Amino acid sequence: MSPRRAETGGRIDRLRTIRFTFDGAPYTGYAGDTLASALLANGVTLFGRSFKYHRPRGLLAAGVEEPNALVTVLRGEVREPNIPATMVEIYDGLVAVSQNRTPSLAWDIGAINQLGGKILSAGFYYKTFMGPVIGPLKGTRFWMFCEHFIRRAAGLGKAGTAPDPARYERMNAFCDVLVVGSGPAGLMAAKAAADQGARVILADLEANLGGSANWSGETIDGMPAADWAQRLAAQLAGNDNVRLLPRTTVWGYYDGNTLAALERVTDHKEVAAKGEPRQRYWAIRAGTVVLATGSFERPLVFPGNDRPGVMLAHAAERYANEYGVLPGQRIALFTNNDSAYRSAVALKKAGAAVVAIVDVRGDVSNEMRRLASDAEAELLAGHAVIATEGGKALTGLKVQRFDATSGVLSGDERSIHADSLLMSGGWSPTIHLASQAGAKAEWDPARQAFLPPKPTQRWTGAGAFTGSFSTAEAIAEGRAAGLQAAGGAASSAPLPVVEAAPGDPDPAPVFEIKAKGKSFVDFQHDVTAEDVRLAHREGFISVEHLKRYTTLGMATDQGKNSNVPGLAIMAEALGKPIPEVGTTRFRPPYTAVSIGSLAAERFGDLKPERLTPMHDWHITNGARMYSAGLWYRPMIYGLPGETVEQAYVREARATRESAGIVDVSTLGKIAVQGPDAAEFLDRVYTNMFSTLAVGKARYGLMLREDGLAFDDGTTWRLGEQEFLMTTTTANAGKVMQHLEYFLDVIWPELKVTVTSVTDEWAGAAIGGPNARAILASCVTGTAVDNATLPFMGIVHGQIAGVPVMICRLSFSGEMAFEVYSGAGYGTRVWEALIEAGKPFGLVTYGLEALGTMRIEKGHVTGAEIDGRTTARDLHLDWMLSKKKPFIGSAMMDREGLIAPDRLELVGLIALDNRPLNGGGHIVEELDEANPHASLGHITACCYSPALGKHIALALVKGGEARHGTRAFVSDPLRNRFGPVEIVSNHFYDPDGSRMHG
Amino acid sequence: MLITCPYCGPRDVIEFTYQGDGNRERPQPASQNLDAWNAYVYDRLNPAGDHNEIWQHSGGCRAHLRVVRNTITHEILSTEFARGGHKSTDSRAEGRS
Repeated sequence: MSPRRAETGGRIDRLRTIRFTFDGAPYTGYAGDTLASALLANGVTLFGRSFKYHRPRGLLAAGVEEPNALVTVLRGEVREPNIPATMVEIYDGLVAVSQNRTPSLAWDIGAINQLGGKILSAGFYYKTFMGPVIGPLKGTRFWMFCEHFIRRAAGLGKAGTAPDPARYERMNAFCDVLVVGSGPAGLMAAKAAADQGARVILADLEANLGGSANWSGETIDGMPAADWAQRLAAQLAGNDNVRLLPRTTVWGYYDGNTLAALERVTDHKEVAAKGEPRQRYWAIRAGTVVLATGSFERPLVFPGNDRPGVMLAHAAERYANEYGVLPGQRIALFTNNDSAYRSAVALKKAGAAVVAIVDVRGDVSNEMRRLASDAEAELLAGHAVIATEGGKALTGLKVQRFDATSGVLSGDERSIHADSLLMSGGWSPTIHLASQAGAKAEWDPARQAFLPPKPTQRWTGAGAFTGSFSTAEAIAEGRAAGLQAAGGAASSAPLPVVEAAPGDPDPAPVFEIKAKGKSFVDFQHDVTAEDVRLAHREGFISVEHLKRYTTLGMATDQGKNSNVPGLAIMAEALGKPIPEVGTTRFRPPYTAVSIGSLAAERFGDLKPERLTPMHDWHITNGARMYSAGLWYRPMIYGLPGETVEQAYVREARATRESAGIVDVSTLGKIAVQGPDAAEFLDRVYTNMFSTLAVGKARYGLMLREDGLAFDDGTTWRLGEQEFLMTTTTANAGKVMQHLEYFLDVIWPELKVTVTSVTDEWAGAAIGGPNARAILASCVTGTAVDNATLPFMGIVHGQIAGVPVMICRLSFSGEMAFEVYSGAGYGTRVWEALIEAGKPFGLVTYGLEALGTMRIEKGHVTGAEIDGRTTARDLHLDWMLSKKKPFIGSAMMDREGLIAPDRLELVGLIALDNRPLNGGGHIVEELDEANPHASLGHITACCYSPALGKHIALALVKGGEARHGTRAFVSDPLRNRFGPVEIVSNHFYDPDGSRMHG
Repeated sequence: MLITCPYCGPRDVIEFTYQGDGNRERPQPASQNLDAWNAYVYDRLNPAGDHNEIWQHSGGCRAHLRVVRNTITHEILSTEFARGGHKSTDSRAEGRS
């Protein structure tokens, strides 16, 4: 059926045919195939177009590091771009499309960029930003001209615009040992740790546990390595203390051994099972981490190394052994190390003809010579590939004699006919997670690789991750790491026996063959060896600069293939050894992570709602609610047809004429109790509380340590050692934390406890000329007359049989009372008050009327106590006790805080009788075109029914001295200009005769 | 990052609120020494290494803790109540050399 699929072999299920489409064309594959293996089996060689030059590209790798074959997967309207085809498991109905081509992969007009290679060299962006003059277009202008075309031509997949309907999940997990990677090392580590009784999580980014055992073709304990791995994985799955996480990429290693992982739960399924999320984000706290993440094979850098058909040697071996797919019929290999010989034998065994093994090393060991003859391949030792031939598929290559020490090519060119060229440039341990955890990689000159150094967090490594590339070493190190991680003693029990092809793990230090043509270092970002040298010539000699200038290693694959070859070429240009050039630290994520998985269930409005006990009553009775912080409070109780302004004017007027009631349950309430409670309040408030009589309340002001105003409210003395403090709604939490801090950290000797009781009390404030009469008609158990309940007095009684606490205090400026009851009885008391108020025309009022009446009275709120104002600025200096120190007292008199030009609280009246705006500035002279020299700004404004005018509170320089003078409001954003009169902030009843009665 | 609260045990850092440099000394309340007040209100140590800090277990028992944290590695070396008493050394810190 398929040109490239072998009759047998691999772990695919040949009985289950899967149908899918790629770029609209229908294909079939088998269950167990990736998109890459299935397309390869169908003879597809062209998978993508490169980033800058639109060069045709095929598969380079078989795993997560694939830089070329990036596809977009479509699910309905939703598109997910830039997924390596090697990581897409096929399912019936899969729709995938290629990227960065117009109009099609085979005929891409962007390929014309290849002709302009010189222009699009390293630093193109920077140069066009600053530089050349091309006709009328200079520098930035030229850049902007180019940008339009570049944005279209360069790039990868397109993000979708449709909302993602998928569900994502977040899980927190805990374990003693987290094993990352399930190759022989990881499996052994998990087994050893689990046998010690440790709680183990084993995560692997592939669908099948086993790692290299799945394709190495080796024998372990007398059975095929893949079978051995499956058996071990099955054993682990049966353990209660082991959790296996296939398809799970551990992508982040954070402080305190916290790791982030992404599990692709249903991406490989046609239909998700009920309740399954698309992906699951795991936050794993691990006692110890075993990093068994393996290694990546490196490409060699030579002209034409990006042609479709040129592939990493182990990738070809994997396609053959794991999927039964041959990348070609006539295969050549090009290597600087022994591992490619094993690949040659595997491919020969799978049915391909191996025409040549080109080895840069002049002296090849006898063992390797034997493997070459096993593969029936011609061995070209001391040779190098200098060119590849073909268009969208490889047709051949050219080799020449090569000296590995000097890098010099010599002799005649020779052409070799091949449809597949496999390369191996040595191996780089996958040290990303260790690097994220803070470890600095160390260069190993023998392995020619960066190896993980000593751990900085609690991790240990095993297998190829540590530079031990053989399976036997991986098995031994894996068991040792698992035992160590689980706190077990080292074991001397026999290890599984591995039969593997021999091989020296150390490659020749050859990274690049310098010959004519484009030699790619970073396939995904189209960075060539010449680009790296150009960057060096232009002065970018630090590895960090090199990366940024050339964009080497900065594509979605984050340089998994290109980092080490790029550094080696840079080092050569600099004439320095590689470790002196240094390497960069890897950052999370290891692979691309969907934003959806990070958000998981946390999207939409995440604020908790705080509702007062009377909330439902407000809704039922027509309140329009307003969100104030987390609270919902009535804004107005509008009548049919009323505007907001009409409603609050009616409510405020009725309150001042008869009576009004407002829900004040949102005020912060803190119980301050203990033998030293009064002393504590003396220190916290600017004024005295120790002199306050039991059964009385007092208005208090707090400053911050730096002497600026912090919060205000009344505090009620309920007993010798018991106070009920109230705070503003907005600052309830901050004040609580402030008090706790001082009791815990500064004055631990004070015997005081503070308890937040905001939610325990329901509060209603009833005010107006008839407020007392209404209370008198419904309160039992106490009188409410002036003698029993004077201004700032507190009484206890009942309303509708419910115990209540009543304090006579006023925010509205009227004769007013705050009635507190247990929160559960709030509505009952509220309804009783409403009922009692009916004969008096009692109105309910909301925040708008509350604000209006407080502006008329000139009271301050958070708009004025804004963290920049002092007590003096707000005319509250009468509250600053001189008899005792208090928080802020030492700092409040600093020069800058008592300067005469500070902004002070004043009142404003609009002389043009038009509404004022919060935030509008006050100026001495009006210049609409050029507003400047602000004297201050408006903090709150309203229409005042009591005055019949538009008024405001403002903070203005030299405040009091300007009373009675004219100024202007200047608000260019809202185009509001006009004259105002500056007056006292006490607009209404300045001597307080109404509230004192 | 985990902080071991002496009451609640090891807890995730999201339960805690950072309350600043724990090395600050508040002058006596009646002190008029402005330099001392200035240092207390505004000066903060910012070492690259072990740092004495105050954290509040605001999402838990609300106690303030004195925490020694390495600002480079984020390792928590010890935690104790700011009120004093009951010092708990992080078990991990003990095991490390």
